[in-house]
Formats: sequence, C-alpha cells, structure tokens
Amino acid sequence: MSNIQSRRDFLKSTATAGGGLVLGFSWFTTEAFKPKVLANTAADVIDFNAYLAISPSGIVTIFSPNPEIGQGIKTAFPIVVAEELDADWEKVKVEQSPLDTKKFERQLTGGSGAIRHSWERLRKAGATARAMLVEAAAKKWSVPVSECTTSKGFVMHSSGKKLSYGELATAAAQITPPKDVKLKATKDFTLIGTSVKGIDNKDILRGKRLFGIDYKVEGMLQATIQRPPAFGLKLKSFDATEAKKMPGITDVVSFGNKVAIVGKTTWEVMQARKAVKIQWEKDKDLESSTDHDRIFKEMLNSTTPTVQRKDGDVEAAFKNAYKVIEAEYQCPFLPHSPMEPMNFFAHFKGDSIEMAGPSQTPQAAQGQIAKMFNLAPEKVTIELTRMGGGFGRRLNTDYAVEAAELSSIIKAPVKVTWSREDDMTGGIYRPAVRYRFKASIDKAGNMTGYMLHGASINAGNSTRQDNFPAGAVENLLIQSNDYKSPITTGPWRAPITNFLAYAEQAFLDEVAMAGGKDPIQFRLELLDKAQQRPVGKITYEPNRFREVTKLVAEKAGWNKKKKGVFQGFSVYFSHASYVAQIAEMAVVKGKPVLKKVYAAVDCGIVINESSARNQVFGAVVDGLGHAMYGNITFKEGAPQQDNFNKYRLIRYNEVPEIEAHFVNNGVDPTGLGEPALPPTGGAIANAIFKSTGKRLYNQPFSEQGATLG
Amino acid sequence: MALFNLKINGKTYKADVDGNTPLLWVLRDHLDLVGTKYGCGIAMCGACTVHINGEATRSCVLPVSTVANATIATVEGLSETAEHPVQQAWDEVDVPQCGYCQAGQMMTAAALLSKNANPSDKDIEDAMVGNICRCGTYHRIHDAVKLAAVKMKK
Ligand code: FES
Ligand code: FES
Repeated sequence: MSNIQSRRDFLKSTATAGGGLVLGFSWFTTEAFKPKVLANTAADVIDFNAYLAISPSGIVTIFSPNPEIGQGIKTAFPIVVAEELDADWEKVKVEQSPLDTKKFERQLTGGSGAIRHSWERLRKAGATARAMLVEAAAKKWSVPVSECTTSKGFVMHSSGKKLSYGELATAAAQITPPKDVKLKATKDFTLIGTSVKGIDNKDILRGKRLFGIDYKVEGMLQATIQRPPAFGLKLKSFDATEAKKMPGITDVVSFGNKVAIVGKTTWEVMQARKAVKIQWEKDKDLESSTDHDRIFKEMLNSTTPTVQRKDGDVEAAFKNAYKVIEAEYQCPFLPHSPMEPMNFFAHFKGDSIEMAGPSQTPQAAQGQIAKMFNLAPEKVTIELTRMGGGFGRRLNTDYAVEAAELSSIIKAPVKVTWSREDDMTGGIYRPAVRYRFKASIDKAGNMTGYMLHGASINAGNSTRQDNFPAGAVENLLIQSNDYKSPITTGPWRAPITNFLAYAEQAFLDEVAMAGGKDPIQFRLELLDKAQQRPVGKITYEPNRFREVTKLVAEKAGWNKKKKGVFQGFSVYFSHASYVAQIAEMAVVKGKPVLKKVYAAVDCGIVINESSARNQVFGAVVDGLGHAMYGNITFKEGAPQQDNFNKYRLIRYNEVPEIEAHFVNNGVDPTGLGEPALPPTGGAIANAIFKSTGKRLYNQPFSEQGATLG
Repeated sequence: MALFNLKINGKTYKADVDGNTPLLWVLRDHLDLVGTKYGCGIAMCGACTVHINGEATRSCVLPVSTVANATIATVEGLSETAEHPVQQAWDEVDVPQCGYCQAGQMMTAAALLSKNANPSDKDIEDAMVGNICRCGTYHRIHDAVKLAAVKMKK
C-alpha cells in the first residue's frame, strides 16, 4: 500500500496539475467576504460570503460561480451550501456569478473537477453562515448556542421558540464569522443525495433568454465569420463589393486570416457571406485522411518514442512468454457538436471591454483578451451565460477572443454566431490516435508483460501511463509519439481516455481470452495484484475499482444470462471516479443488437441523484453514439463532413435501456461530467465480439458493419 | 423587404423582412422570441421546431412568406407559467441537461399529443426521431412524453 498515494495527496496533486490552483480555504480572509449590508434592488440583501446572501424577507440567494453547461453545477453547488446552512430549498434563489477572480477560484467547467475542488469550501460557506445565524438567535434569546438547532430556514430553541433566517439576517451579519466550523456528518444530510430538479428548468421550458446565442443588448450588431475552408490555407485576398451592398450589411472586415461580415441580423450576414469573393492560398501541409494513416504507421515504427513509463523488462517478458498478443486500435478526429454553436458577444470600449457568452473557461478568455488590448484583466468583464453543451469545445477561447477583436475593429457591440458548418469544420477536434498494444501471458493466463505505444496527431502524450493496468504488471512499457498537424485539436469530453479506455478495455479482453480467463476474473486478479504487490506508482485505488466491477457484475448477472444474450464488460478510472459497465447484445436476424447497458459508478457521495443519473445516462449515450458513428475525414486539409446530414449523431430510437447504480460509499464526491463515457465503447465492442466473433479495432463501428436498434 | 403580420401564440406580430428569411430568424432576431433554437439550419436536428397550423415544423428552412397567414406557435406559447402538461412533465421528469434542444423536443411532443392522446412507443419514436439531443436525454424524453400524455387526459 505504501506507494499508493493517499487520497488527500492525490486530490492535492491532481488539482495542482490542473493549472496551478491554490487549494485551501481562503474565502473569509479576503476583504470581499466580510458580511456587509447591500442596499440592493427591492429588498435589502445581506451578503454572508461569496456564495450566499440572505434577505430579511427570508430569501436565501446562493451564487453559483462555475459555468453551467448541462452538467448540473448550477444546482449542485447551491445544494451543498443549502445543506450546511439548513436552508429551505423552496426559498433558495440561485444566481450565476459573472467571472470574479477575486471572489472565486477555478470558475471553470472542465476535467469533472468543480465539485472536487469546491466541496469543502461550499460546505464551509453554508456552515459558517448557519453558525452566525444560530449565534444571533442565541443572543436574542439569551440562551446558550448548544440549546439551538436549525431546520429549513429557522433557528429553533429547545423551549419551542423559533426565528427565521430572514428575521436573524441583520443581527447575524454583525457577528464575526467563526474560523473553525463544524460540518455535518454525512448521515445527517437531508438535501444532498436526494433528487433535486434543475434550478433553471422552468426558464428552459418556457424558452427564456438564457444561452449565449440568445444574448442581446440595444444596438448590438450581428456577425458571421468566414474562416479558412481547409487547415493549412490562409487568406490571400477578398472582394466584398457585392456583399457590402446587400441589405442590413454594415461592414466587411478581415483579421487573422478571417473575413467577418457584420450587419443587423443573423440571416442577413449569413446571406451576404455567400457573396464575398475570397482567395485562399497554401500556408502549411494540406493533409488528407490517407496521409494520417501513413503518419500513424511511421510513428508506430519510430525507434525513438517518448518513454512515459517503464517497469521491469518488457522485452524479456515477451521473449519468455507462453503467448504474445498484439493489436492496434484507431480512432478518428471528432468535432464536439454541442447543440448550441459557438458564439460570443463583445463590446470594446477603448479602455475596457464587456463580454458575454458561453465559456467553460472564462478566466483564460479574460487573460488573453486583456493581453491582446494591453488592459488590466479586471477591465475585461465576462458575463457567463448558460451553455448549450460544450463537451470540451468551450475550453478553447478562440471564439471569444475573435469576437473581442472584431468589436475593437468595428468599434461597436457585436455578437459573432457560428453556423453549424463553421462549428463542425472549424477544428479543435478530438485528436485522432492509433494505439499499438502488446502483451504476454504465462501458461496460467497471467499477464506478464504489457506494452502500449500511442501514436497521435496533436494530442501530446496520448497515454495515461500511471493508470491501470500499470501497477498490476511486472513488466510494462508505455510510450508515445505525437505528430504536429495544422488541424487544430483540443480536449473532448474525457480527453484521451474517451478512446484510450475503449482500446485498452477491448485489448484486455483479447488478453484474457487468449489465456482462457473470464474477462472480469482476469481484471479482478490484476487489481488484487495492484493492491497487494503494486509495481511502481499507481494513481488509482484498486479497492474502488474492484467494488464497481463486482457491483456491475452482480446487477447484470454476469455469466448468468440465458442463451442468446451476449455481455461485454469494461471498467475505467478517470477524473477521480470509477465506472464499470456491461453491455448486452442479442442477435436479431443475424445481426447484433444492443439491448442494455448497466453502469456501476463510484463518484463518492452523490449530491443530486436525479442529475447524477442524467449525467451517467447521457455519457453512455454519448460514448455509444460517437463510437458508432463519429468520424471527420479530410481531403487536402478540408473536413468532409460539415453538418448533421453528413455527420451522424445518435438519435432517440437508437439508445438501449440503461440501468445505473451508485456505490455511494460516503467518500468525498468526485466528478461525473465525464467518467461514465470512457468505459462505454469498450463494453459494447466486447459484447459485439462475444455475439459475432468479430473484434472491432477502429471507430466508428458503423463503418465496420455494426448497426444499432 | 415586405411587411408581414404573423399570428404567433395568439398575438399578431409585425415583421418587416425579406420574404425568404426563415421563420426561425424572424422569431429570434426580429420578434425577440428566442426560445426557438438554431442547431443546424438544414432541418436535421429539430432544435427549431414550431407549430404551423398545429403541425410540428422546422422553422430553419421555412421562408416567412409561406406562413404569412398561418397559425404559428412557439415554445413561449405553450404556457407563460410552464403549466402546459408537456412543460410540467418535462420538469417533473427533470429532462434537461444543457436544455438547448428541449424547446424543439417539447414542441414535437406537444404536436404529437394534440393529435394522438394515447401514443404507443412506436408513435413516440416516429415523432421524436427527428430531434437530436446532444446531451443524450432520450430516456427522460420518453418518460416525459408518457407522463404528459397522462396529464393531458386529466
Ligand atoms: S435548426 Fe432547424 S432542424 Fe436544426
Ligand atoms: S439537453 Fe443538451 S442538447 Fe438536449
């Protein structure tokens, strides 16, 4: 056990690796968090700390700092604060905070890390205010604090007296916030772990102006931007004479290899764009998909890959093996395709700039825009709108920065809206990767050696060298090559692991079967090894891995199904959560049909049951859909798919039944926006193999004969 | 440019636009009805679904000139207070993730239920297959359509 990092260290180190975050609970030491009475709009609202304010009328306002993308953070964060505050959820109002780097750390949506990062500070925010309210009540009644309890927005005394939080707010705000405050025992949670409906549901369902694309201010112009139609081209010249004459058009300008068409309405600028005559010229290599296939082969034959991890002597293991198993797996580039295309509003005012839009990482956008105009960061204000999905795409700041630049050129408030075609062909794709695996087994079927070589295009290190099965194999070599291409890439929901998990879990099934072992038994034995005699450093907890594996096997009745049902297993650890899945196929008229996916999830404490289930279902559907259909191909640098008629997304009639189970072990909560996606492809591929004997080495599966529904 | 008097959600709206402008952009840019969403612009995703004379229709490819005399309904017209059975069901089942596709999903479901009070699973599938949800909320959409059907009978 000695070389398993303790949980605490692990959390600290992953948080730091995520971008130099300072952990620690600092919010009430800074000036901004001294309680103060704000003469606010209708009623006076009393700020207790960055996260919460209480009005004398009893309304508790909880500020949610992290951008909402559909992962449910705008509901989950306030639940945690309200739990410790003992607020009446029915009287809680939630407000999205704008970007405020003084009040909040990590106003970011990415890496499934928000809850992990903020769990303790949210609880303390609620508990501290609760302690102040209790003290205020005790003073009023001249009774000891220990005789007071709280529930649903009231402080109660054992005598039966009670006062609402609203009545106490003004007095409570005068009390110095306690430094150490006791948090609830998890068994006392009354809100956390229940099903709470999305806080914005009613507004979403009434079609309110919530999303970036809906944003509007008086006098705002609309813009569309023509970017190079192929990666590797640059702008040579353009002629906008005709376009400028078209109705509603106010300006056509170019900057940074782009031509922006500005006008009064979205439709008019889209029309005028077709009339701009643009010449492009070659700037870099114009790659086609066939080039990528060749590049992968070259990388995998490289004699100088970067060694990411080396344990023991893998070559010797292969030489002395009873059997050696080898396979290669490949995945294509993928666009993110959030339903809401990229867009951003910007109003450049010379010495400051106002921005609004959907961003997973507003602080990064702020920094870049400030730098571009040589402004102090606080001169760049960013309002955070709800996001119509993102899946990693909105971790890039390109679309915010270009809106800022355009506004500075045309000197007017403007919103840039991307068309679906812009969104799909504009890049920042999931990188394409090819993996080569090689493993050796002994006579008993035990894995004695494991080699993974990742070859990627613009992915950096395409391996996760310290993840399973590292630690469970005596001889291991993990290495990678990366190719720099003009095709822009970036994180895509569960970066790297969204495909690595599939390839690895399919390959491990191959190894298990080559040794005549049951796939689940094979993994459990490896996990036992990692637990008892770990080899080198490991980043996962084998126990938790085992727990989800056993849970899913039990729920799905592994090896207990009647004839004609074929099960495939997969398990993965990512973003500090553990998820195991079993996919079930039946063969209907000679074709494998996916019937059901079981998922067992260990994300620690479940904060909002309804939302957690929604995330798991959604991630399974996402993992399935993209494994089946997702594919962007290139011809001379130009993406060949540009809209949903050529790029297929999974639909209503294609989803299998899903059953999700949570371990709910009382451990501090971890992420859930991503971790249920990586195992899905592997579980399905393994089930397809069982039902047809056909091993799918490449995604998308549909191009290898697999069908759905 | 031409002046259109559009009957939307029981009110009359005036829009001075080119007759080729898709209804979607008239709603969003001219009439401040932004609940109807742009997703693909080519009738492939359903985000822009509205009702034209009671039929679920893709507004992104529908020139405004063709609906000058039609009865149009958008998500805003389901109910101001979210009390339409479909809205209630969507809330109770807690369908949305990002929520961007849901106006289109609900408009498709509402059109189905207004004609077919007891839709079979196959009926629901046939109606909903044209609406993409990138977040993958399809299971809840199914449950919500069922629940809305029950609510509509009450
Ligand atoms: S926007 Fe009309 S169907 Fe996609
Ligand atoms: S809820 Fe996000 S696209 Fe449907």
